[in-house]
Amino acid sequence: MLSIENLNKTFNIQILNNIQVHGCSNVSFKVDSGQFFALAGSSGKGKSTVLKCIYRTYLPGSGHIWYDSANYGRIDLACAPERILLDIRSREMGYVSQFLNVIPRVSAIDLVMEPIIVRNGVSHANARERACNLLEKLHIPHELFNAYPATFSGGEQQRINIARAIGWKPRLLLLDEPTASLDAKSINQVLNLLSELRGQGTTMVGIFHDQEIMNKTASQTYTL
Amino acid sequence: MEPLLKARNLSKIFGSGCQHCIAATGSEAETNVCPHCNSVVACNDVNFDLFPNEVLGIVGESGSGKSTLIKLTHFEWETTSGELNLHRSALPDGLGELLADTVDQYTRNLFALSQFQQRQIRNALMGIVYQNPYLGLRMNISSGGNIAERLLGAGWRHIGKMRERASELLEKTEIPISRMDEPPKNFSGGMQQRVQIAKALSNNPLLLLLDEVTTGLDLSVQARVLDLIRNIQSEFQLSMLVVSHDLGVINLLCNRTMVMKHGRVVESGLTDQILQDPQHRYSQLLVASQL
Ligand SMILES: Nc1ncnc2c1ncn2[C@@H]1O[C@H](COP(=O)(O)OP(=O)(O)OP(=O)(O)O)[C@@H](O)[C@H]1O
Ligand SMILES: [Mg+2]
Ligand SMILES: [Zn+2]
Repeated sequence: MLSIENLNKTFNIQILNNIQVHGCSNVSFKVDSGQFFALAGSSGKGKSTVLKCIYRTYLPGSGHIWYDSANYGRIDLACAPERILLDIRSREMGYVSQFLNVIPRVSAIDLVMEPIIVRNGVSHANARERACNLLEKLHIPHELFNAYPATFSGGEQQRINIARAIGWKPRLLLLDEPTASLDAKSINQVLNLLSELRGQGTTMVGIFHDQEIMNKTASQTYTL
Repeated sequence: MEPLLKARNLSKIFGSGCQHCIAATGSEAETNVCPHCNSVVACNDVNFDLFPNEVLGIVGESGSGKSTLIKLTHFEWETTSGELNLHRSALPDGLGELLADTVDQYTRNLFALSQFQQRQIRNALMGIVYQNPYLGLRMNISSGGNIAERLLGAGWRHIGKMRERASELLEKTEIPISRMDEPPKNFSGGMQQRVQIAKALSNNPLLLLLDEVTTGLDLSVQARVLDLIRNIQSEFQLSMLVVSHDLGVINLLCNRTMVMKHGRVVESGLTDQILQDPQHRYSQLLVASQL
């Protein structure tokens, strides 16, 4: 489903005398559909850079990111037009960041419901049911459903983040340390949900802060 | 999906202009004033596509040409050169002659139309909200009257229906209906912006132009106006051009963004890419100087 060929990324910081910051170099791997693919490697090797290049939050320097899109067929995300990228993001490809990056003044439940309504085209009631279900599985207390996540604890925020990213069942999900700020119990809940999602057909590429979790979860790994 | 609006090679030069104007200005030259003839190159060679339901951001420092783009698109200023084409499907009935000599799905150059035709297009399809509410509202007539006036321009005639529409819009923008007959000069800055937004939406525009609509408002007031714009975006089927010097506003509202400097677009891309991996020196500076 995803085939990365010789991906390189260097950041050229012009406002700091053009210093060149290493992103990632010569990254090549293939992810088959249905896999939980893990990126490993020590800090600074460019794991997050690779994920962000796939999502095109970073502009790839050179190389190819071939993706078998449900809508567009085989397409190189490294150079696909912006509009197509946005469309793929909204229909097929999700991304879970390490931190909550959400819209201010929107309640937890609305945050989770929004992509379900917009992307899956289901009714309000239906989306609410799915969102509640998800938040319950993640053990978010009921009284927080209608509160703004800005004031939540780090772990709660991260679980909202995950719920928002997986609620709409993307076809390809990119995960950047999704369990980093969670306690052992929440980690298990999240991993269970992810494996449930994988069972429903979502392909995943993830980075884990914990070797043990990675070994337990990933079906394949690539070391940068 | 095809763009609703295509802008090509938009240029606006204030002054007599000379053969050096373009080469001697821009982000490399670090000025928009031609040193040979003192003309101001407010914008040059700007290209963009705006898709249906898309919100496109324009960010840049003061004087970079952001408002110029809005004024050209709104036919307030004449362009020095450039083309603006609208997708035919967006055209209201009665403007069929605008596509007389086109071969594709787009109108001919809107900048080449008569002022009368431009006004027709503007009344039928566009809405605008200015940073300064004095530009968008008549401060001495009632808020309802401001909206009715705009509806008249768009061809409405029935007083009762206009009043109904005005109260519906003011309600949507959270202005108490009880204050509909008050003139905007009685209102706070945030309320004035919301009346402007109500007025801009009154003709059900396909294209909404927002020029620094939250600049100068208190943070909490700003938040309410931004929430309103977000709601409009999800509720109405329309495209927006959003001008701001505030990357926070752009990040909240726009999927794609153009960065302007000295009258040129120095970078354009997905908003998260501009924010996290800015390519141009000036975009990097802009991101680095965020609060
Ligand atoms: N009527 C005019 N005559 C001469 N120069 C003008 C005129 N209007 C604008 N300019 C110049 O054109 C350039 C672009 O102006 P514009 O208003 O588009 O900037 P802007 O990006 O919207 O800035 P701001 O963020 O301050 O609103 C500026 O140098 C400005 O001084
Ligand atoms: Mg301006
Ligand atoms: Zn000149």
